[in-house]
Amino acid sequence: MRTPLHRYELTACDSLQDALAALAADPSARPFAGGTDLMVLMDAGHLPPGRYIDLWKVRELRDIDVTAEAVTLGALTTYTEVLKAEILRREFPMLGIAAAETGGIATQNRGTIGGNIANASPAADTPPALVAYDAELELVSSRGVRRVAYEKFHTGYKKMDLAPGELIARVRLPRGRKGWRDYYRKVGTRKAQAISKVCFAAAADVADGRVRDLRVALGSVAPTVVRCTATETTVRGHAVDDAVVVKAQRALASEIEPIDDIRSTAAYRLRVAQNVLREFLTRIRA
Amino acid sequence: MSSIDDALSGREVVWGTDNLFKSYTVARGDVEAAFAGAPIVVEGEYETGSQEQLYIEPNGMLAIADLQNGVTVWGSMQCPYYVHRALAGLFNLPAEKIRVVQMETGGGFGGKEEYPSIIAGHAALLAWKSGRPVKIVYSRAEDMVATTKRHPSRTKHRTAVTRDGRLLAMDVDFVIDGGAYCTLSPVVLSRGTIHAAGPYRCDHVRIRGRAVATNVPPHGAFRGFGAPQSIFALERHMDRVAAAVGLGPDEFRRRNFVHAGDTLAVGQVIREPVSMNTLLDRALALAGYHDKRRRFVEENGTRAIKKGIGFSTFMHGAGFTGSGEDHLASVVAVEATREGVVRVLAASTEIGQGTNTIFSQIAAEALGIDPDDVEVVQPDTSEVPNSGPTVVHHALVDAGVLPSVHSRAEFRAACRRYVDSYGTLRATSRYQPPPGVRWDDQTYQGDAYGTYAWAAYVAEVSVDTTTYEIRVDDFVAVQEVGKVINPTLAMGQIEGGVAQGVGWALYEDVVWREGRMANAQMTNYIMPTSMDLPEIRVHFEEVPYPYGPAGAKGIGELPMDGPAPAIFNAVEHATGISATRLPLTPERLMELMCASPAV
Repeated sequence: MRTPLHRYELTACDSLQDALAALAADPSARPFAGGTDLMVLMDAGHLPPGRYIDLWKVRELRDIDVTAEAVTLGALTTYTEVLKAEILRREFPMLGIAAAETGGIATQNRGTIGGNIANASPAADTPPALVAYDAELELVSSRGVRRVAYEKFHTGYKKMDLAPGELIARVRLPRGRKGWRDYYRKVGTRKAQAISKVCFAAAADVADGRVRDLRVALGSVAPTVVRCTATETTVRGHAVDDAVVVKAQRALASEIEPIDDIRSTAAYRLRVAQNVLREFLTRIRA
Repeated sequence: MSSIDDALSGREVVWGTDNLFKSYTVARGDVEAAFAGAPIVVEGEYETGSQEQLYIEPNGMLAIADLQNGVTVWGSMQCPYYVHRALAGLFNLPAEKIRVVQMETGGGFGGKEEYPSIIAGHAALLAWKSGRPVKIVYSRAEDMVATTKRHPSRTKHRTAVTRDGRLLAMDVDFVIDGGAYCTLSPVVLSRGTIHAAGPYRCDHVRIRGRAVATNVPPHGAFRGFGAPQSIFALERHMDRVAAAVGLGPDEFRRRNFVHAGDTLAVGQVIREPVSMNTLLDRALALAGYHDKRRRFVEENGTRAIKKGIGFSTFMHGAGFTGSGEDHLASVVAVEATREGVVRVLAASTEIGQGTNTIFSQIAAEALGIDPDDVEVVQPDTSEVPNSGPTVVHHALVDAGVLPSVHSRAEFRAACRRYVDSYGTLRATSRYQPPPGVRWDDQTYQGDAYGTYAWAAYVAEVSVDTTTYEIRVDDFVAVQEVGKVINPTLAMGQIEGGVAQGVGWALYEDVVWREGRMANAQMTNYIMPTSMDLPEIRVHFEEVPYPYGPAGAKGIGELPMDGPAPAIFNAVEHATGISATRLPLTPERLMELMCASPAV
């Protein structure tokens, strides 16, 4: 059953200062960005009644900022804006691929990077790419600003390092990735309008036939997006050969915890994650 | 009890003495004797899952009911007279006190045949009790959880063949899961049983069909009416029999196709011209089958993505099964108004398939008038006669006051003259079976249908061995459906049916947990999007059927039959995996591939 509308209160703010003040004044208030997750919850009768702070018109959370060191996305950057940004297409292409495979056009127009992170779904399509790109989050509250590495941000299923009254303000992507090779693959339930069963993002810096450094991150195979450091360790510093592939696949199995659910099975997720890892390693070997 | 095995085991009895809603037996020749002397016998078991219709508009009804005026309901439905009969029984009121109006209906696919009677009953009872109008519109989740879906099935085949690939005997055991109550299960079972032996000539056939009771929500009508289930089993099995004999799937079928003058399993002699060979030739040529069949095997090697091509050949009985049409005795009326507009009155409903266009087109052609001057009256049981749920058969009667070639002005003048002189100009027509058609409900022998549509479908697939995803890359659908009255609508029917068939084969999996649908959302019940579907290439052979409306047979159900087995046969060509259970999701294909040392 849907909760009657009068049990919700939506306060629209048009500056960051107002939004933070509203959140500080009412600790139970929850932020509302594009609404692509919250409205689904509401339709299903799972959205708690109470006060919501609409951030859609908060200008400060919107732009893409480029410096020599980093590209910084405002948390309200939509998937459509990600798809349009030339700098992202050139230097962080996995974000565009993820954005294009997220929902339909309506969802891409309303859904935001910050909202997607705060929704904390382990099946989200962008987080693995953000982990592979060493993203850093800027969190703001009426108390000030702090920065956290994105890979440490999610602490458990739907749990994150975000204090009451605190907002995700920006996502910072460090530049200087010349020579890195990206690989992204979403294995969804169909080709469009699909939720991931396995979502894989990886990047590798390969020189003289050796993998100098790499990142491997997966979604939909654990309570949070996971950076697979043990898998990375089996590959880092080596030339990829069959033995390395097998070792890496084994390491991967040790650091993901796939489950059976309505969309897939643990066995499928494990094997496909290993197969996709093999595909990535085969690509960077060639 | 949530499966066919549970119901047949008899450990628990939830219906009658044996959990059987209905059973039929088709028997021809001496099956046991034929098996006794057979050089090659091939056995197989096949399963199909449930499927949700997913019409665009969920079910909904509005009711007003009181002692004085009786009961009126307006709603989304396929068969106004089914609802009418249900309400008359429920309220114990005379027929004229019940009025059912079909509103513009956003699709049905069979899902709005029987179930709307239930919702109409709920709305009408609440209206009666409260003295207020009551509207019930299901949300998508409610609709998916509560309403009827396609019957799951299990089919066992035992087939005897000669060494040169001629069918000696077919023994088929076809079982469908009817769910907790008896819906249209007997009718679904009937069509599935009759189609279980396909378009093949075989002297010794035994088909046992059973509809069992379980504790899941009742299954009901869905495009194809049981035929897709039994044809899936048969056409998968025919590929395996061909392999056992050492023949190509096409050559094996060619040696066994029925021709005009041959007799089907139910004893029906095929009177009209039929050329399955021509349909198959054309389909295989359009698909580039023979070249791809050879080339894919050479090219697949160690590639991660493996290609395959396969096909199915099948028939689909037109109209209602057996004596169904006679029992319905459908009536349609036409009426000419004084203004010269011809009104068609039929209870056959427009649910998105183009019925109103076709009715206008047929009436306009018969009368030599513009289709714009024909009005198809909104189905309202207070106004239209009971033409049953079927399509109208050559219903239109010449007004008799017109030269055969006339202008619009002459037609209008003639109508005015007639109405002024004689009053209402109205003609009704009752369905007449084609001459010589006989059916015996007791022995299940005779002319099961007035005629059949015939088809050959070819599917080309890619199997990604990294993710076990199957993609249909190309689809060719060649069929003979009598005269094609409206090519645009006909193509649309075939394309839509093939898309639904692809969904049933590969994606759509109703997940039951303790008898409830657990994935009643479109995010988790996976129907294919346009991104998941190939180009569907539709071709017709036209052989006008003399007893059909304007030479047509049926068309809407046919395209549901062929895609699934063609796709499975293509997957076997690509991977060597002989899958027998649909839907073939990536998870299931992974299990099969991991269990098989060959891949």
